This record gives sequence, C-alpha cells and structure tokens, in this order.
Amino acid sequence: MKGYNFAYLDEQTKRMIRRCVLKAVAIPGHQVPFGSREMPLPYGWGTGGIQVTASILGSGDTLKVIDQGADDTTNAVSIRRFFARTAGVRTTTATAEATVIQTRHRIPERQLREDQIIVYQVPQPEPLFRLEPSRQETLRMHALADYGLMHVKLYEDIARFGQISISYDYPVMVNQRYLMSPSPIPAFDNPKMDMMPALQLFGAGREKRIYAIPPWTRVRSLDFEDHPFRAINAPHACGLCGSTHSYLDEVVTDDRGGRLFVCSDTDYCAERRAAGHVGSDGMKEAAE
Amino acid sequence: MAYVAVKGGERAIDAAHAWLAEERRGDPGVPELSVTQIAAQLGRAVDRAMAEGSLYDRELAALAVKQTSGDLIEAVFLLRAYRTTLPRFGYSEPVDTTMMAICRRVSAIFKDLPGGQVLGPTHDYTHRLLDFSLLGPSDAATTSRAAPDDGVMPRVPDILGQEGLMESDGGAADEPGDLTREPLRFPAGRDVRLQALARGDEGFVLGLGYSTQRGYGGAHPFAGEVRMGEVSVEFVPPELGFAIDIGDIVLTECQMVNQFKGSKTMPPQFTRGYGLVFGFSERKAMAMALVDRAMRAAELGEDVTAPAQNVEFVLYHSDNIEATGFVEHLKLPHYVDFQSELQNVRRLRAEQERMGQEKEAAE
Repeated sequence: MKGYNFAYLDEQTKRMIRRCVLKAVAIPGHQVPFGSREMPLPYGWGTGGIQVTASILGSGDTLKVIDQGADDTTNAVSIRRFFARTAGVRTTTATAEATVIQTRHRIPERQLREDQIIVYQVPQPEPLFRLEPSRQETLRMHALADYGLMHVKLYEDIARFGQISISYDYPVMVNQRYLMSPSPIPAFDNPKMDMMPALQLFGAGREKRIYAIPPWTRVRSLDFEDHPFRAINAPHACGLCGSTHSYLDEVVTDDRGGRLFVCSDTDYCAERRAAGHVGSDGMKEAAE
Repeated sequence: MAYVAVKGGERAIDAAHAWLAEERRGDPGVPELSVTQIAAQLGRAVDRAMAEGSLYDRELAALAVKQTSGDLIEAVFLLRAYRTTLPRFGYSEPVDTTMMAICRRVSAIFKDLPGGQVLGPTHDYTHRLLDFSLLGPSDAATTSRAAPDDGVMPRVPDILGQEGLMESDGGAADEPGDLTREPLRFPAGRDVRLQALARGDEGFVLGLGYSTQRGYGGAHPFAGEVRMGEVSVEFVPPELGFAIDIGDIVLTECQMVNQFKGSKTMPPQFTRGYGLVFGFSERKAMAMALVDRAMRAAELGEDVTAPAQNVEFVLYHSDNIEATGFVEHLKLPHYVDFQSELQNVRRLRAEQERMGQEKEAAE
C-alpha cells in the first residue's frame, strides 16, 4: 500500500514486537509488556493480534482470519482486508492452507500443524483481573506463582453451584508454571491448546502484553481431582453437517422457540458438507 | 425456514461506509464546510482533538473533525493512528512558559502581581444566553485589545518559591518517558503521569479532578495561575548541538497551589499540581493540575484512599481511545462465548432442579 510499510508497521516496531515474541516463547505463559502502537483499528477489536500478525507475516504467507470461528463475520472481514491491503499477502478461508491464522474467540476444529502459527486476539491478558484488579499486585502474584486466589474462586463455585461456573476464558496452567488466560475461547477449545503442534501467540494491544505457548507444551485447564475439567457444548449435532464433535452456534429460527445448532467453525462445516455429510436441517433443505 | 449462513459481510461493510460518507456530507444543497472554516471557527473542538490526539497540527485536527462529523473522540482516534506512523526524531527542550506571548493570565491568589491579570478571550463572565443574532451571518467582530504581552511574565509559583514557601520544581529528568512507545510500568514517574493526563480524556480528567474537590482525596487547591498563549518550541538536533526554534504552539498552563502541612523530611510549604494542555483548554488544564496533585499523595506521605490518588486507576482509565475501543467492542459478535454461557446456565438450572427433586423425594 502506497505510503505504508509492508503490513503497516515500520520495521523497527516489528523488530521490537518480535523480540517480545521471542521472550514470550522462552517463558511460556508469561505476559511480556510491549510498546503497543496505536493502530488504525480500535482497541478491543484485535489490535494486539494484528500487531503480532504484522510482525511475523512474510510475503510468502497465507493468512486466515476468523472471528467466532467464522471467516465471514464483519470484524474478521475487516482484519483480513487490512492485511490484504497493507501486506498484499494471500488470504484463505481454508484452515489447512493457512500458514498464519488470526483468531478471536475460537480455535479451529481441524488440528493445526507444526508449520502453522495461530495468533489470538486477547482483550484481557491478566487471568486474575476479576479477583485482583491491580496489575502491580498480579505481577507479584505471578512472580511468586501465588495462584491460591484462583483455586479458591473455583472451589467456591463448586461449593455454591456444584460445579465450576466458568464457561469461556477458562484459566489454564502453562508448562506447570504460569497461570494464563486462553483468551475468551469457549472452555470447549481449551484441550486443543495442550500439546498443540503449532506455535500459539497471544496479543493484547490495549493492555500492551504479548504471551505465547511454544509447540508441544503442556497446557492444563485448572480443576480438582474430584471435579475434573469438563468442556461444555450444546448436546446436539450440527444441523448442516451432522458433526457431533464440533463447537456449535445456536441460531434462533423463529419466535416460537425454534433453534438450529450449527458448527461455529464455518470452514470445518463447509468441508464436511463438501465431503457428503448432511445434518438434519440440511436434509430438510434438500427435501424442500 | 432454512438457515442461511450470514455471508456478504464484505458488501455490508462497503455499503455502511458509503452511507456514512453520505451522512457526513449531509444535505448537498447546503455548502460544504471547509477545513479552514473548522480550524478558524470551531477552534476549541480542534484544540481538544489536538490535545487528546497528542498531535499539534491545526489543519490535520480540523480535517479529523470534519471527517468524523464532529465526533471528537473519533477525531482523536484518527490523529493518533496517523501520529503513530510518523518517525520520532527526539524530544524538544522544555518549553519556557515565562516567555509565553500571553493572551490570558489570571491568578486567583494575588490581587495584582508582576505582569498583571489579563482576562483574554474567555467565556468567563459571559451570561450563557443563546445569541439569536448568530442564527444568521454575523458581522466580523473587531475588538480593541492590547498586543500579546511579549515580556517575561513570571510564574506565580516561582514568586512564592523565592520565599521558600513553594516546593521547588525539581530538576529535569533525563529523557522523558513516552507511553506511546513504551508500555506503562509502575511506579510511573511524574513525567509519564503528566503525559497520560495531558492526552487523557477531558471528561474523565474533569470528573476525577472534581471528585478531589468533593472530598475524595482533596488537597486544598488554589489556582495559583492559569495562562494561555503562544510559546516557541526549541529542539537540539544532534548534528548541530545547539537549540533551534522549530515553531510556535498555543498552550494552556495551570499551576495549582496546594496546602501541605509538612512531613518528617519537608517543612510546611505549598505543593504543586501542574496542568499543561495543547491549545486553549482551561477546564482540562485545571482538572489535570488537580489530578496531578492527587496522584502525588504517596510521594508526599499522604494516605492513598481516593480514586484520583490511585495512580494505576487513573493512568489505566484516562485514555479515551483505549476506553472507547473496549467499551464499544462489546458490540462485536460474542455468540461463541454467549453460547457457552447459555449452555452453562441451562446446566446449572438442570442441576438445581435435580437437587430440588432429590430433596423433595427424601422428605
């Protein structure tokens, strides 16, 4: 794009961000402060992820951008266009074809490979912020691995509701050392982070933090022996492709309680339908 | 009804932006506003965009105000996003406000003082009555006014300082911090705190400053002085090694004088709260001075009890671009998270029902 450097950020800034990414990879789960820039997109809309992506993107990369698992949600469209415009890289909606995947709120259903990088947009990198709002204080707690407060919160959930009531942004322990926010992905996606072959990078622009999970790293969702971690998903099959293993969106179809459950990962669902899988609603459609 | 996948986000975005452009222009039968008109006639809006955008350029700020239909936080956003692409050459010499070409200068603590009181172009003492004559074109107003005072005008706290009643200003730091390049770290130095306040949201800083006056961390402030006018900015290019004048900017400066009863290491004296803002914005400069002083509580050995005294609270929440981004991001799709919450609530209700039935059966 005329007047702007490749992928918008100047090379000095990218170098600064890459140094932070390297540090983050070296200390899995640890939040590294970085000189987050003011981007032409709003804070809270993916500026952290965008800066990380911009810093690691090369001209040979193929970029996929998803929001809520889908490639066609407006903010995903906007971010994909931003990179198509400023970097001119190839973009794709196919998870298998992408070398870099920027995501908000989901991990694709298809298992990622070692030659792929997934970049998460993070609104709030501090996993303890609801329990302790002061970052000076949480910094100390991380340094001392003082995570009792979080365990007490989970225990209180069990005492009050009989189960842990966190359904997304479910805290994880990375490499048995740092408590980490997985970003607001549904707890359903948490197990995918464990021993993932791909490099996982997390960018929080407004809070000016970067963190990472190197490939093949242990990521454990916090739980108790007698209350093991349980992922939540709607007890249905996808109405379009019939999948029973994917995370489902609930679509309201009328005002009389009608609901349709469909894959949130649009690429996964389309791929399955192309392969001939049909869900109950898909069959109805064919019959009409 | 069959489920139709929501496609066409791209077309929707294009159409929305075209509509926005049409809305901005408004009725094509009405002449378009020029950037020059905005810079000349909506000066305070331009000042605010420059101050919170941290970019002193009247033309670009006026353009931003025009482009955003007068949504000043959006205008600030445009200026910030542009500013971040500019190379940073270094930092200027401290501006010398005693050399300000004064348009306005008032002190609330001395009836008269060297340089005198200069009322200047203020809304103060106007009666806030709508002037219906402005509904139509108005005659160019001309006033008889003194030329800006170019002489040295001592700053009121310096006058107090001669008697030792005012704490000294402290020496200049080495390179001042810059939170647009480095992330905030705590404890944050006063340089970074003042930078955050100077570019902070006027409404937020005003509210916090006001809260100190109502008992949430008050420090008995007096408006030592408020001054507004042009100062020259000097810069020392490394290849020259001496200062050159690179331009003039309009600033509003406020020095609050606050009572201080002294501590183990300091005698009773007055302490400073300082405000400095691009353009003409007394409200912002005064509120900034109140909050600056409030944030010095810990350093002066006072109890930190109020929001305005909590440095982390103030600095993390004063930036309106960060705030508006995060507040407004709630309108982005959250249906994945909401879906997990739905399932969660359904599960919790089922569990509660089951426990209720068990209890009933046992009774």
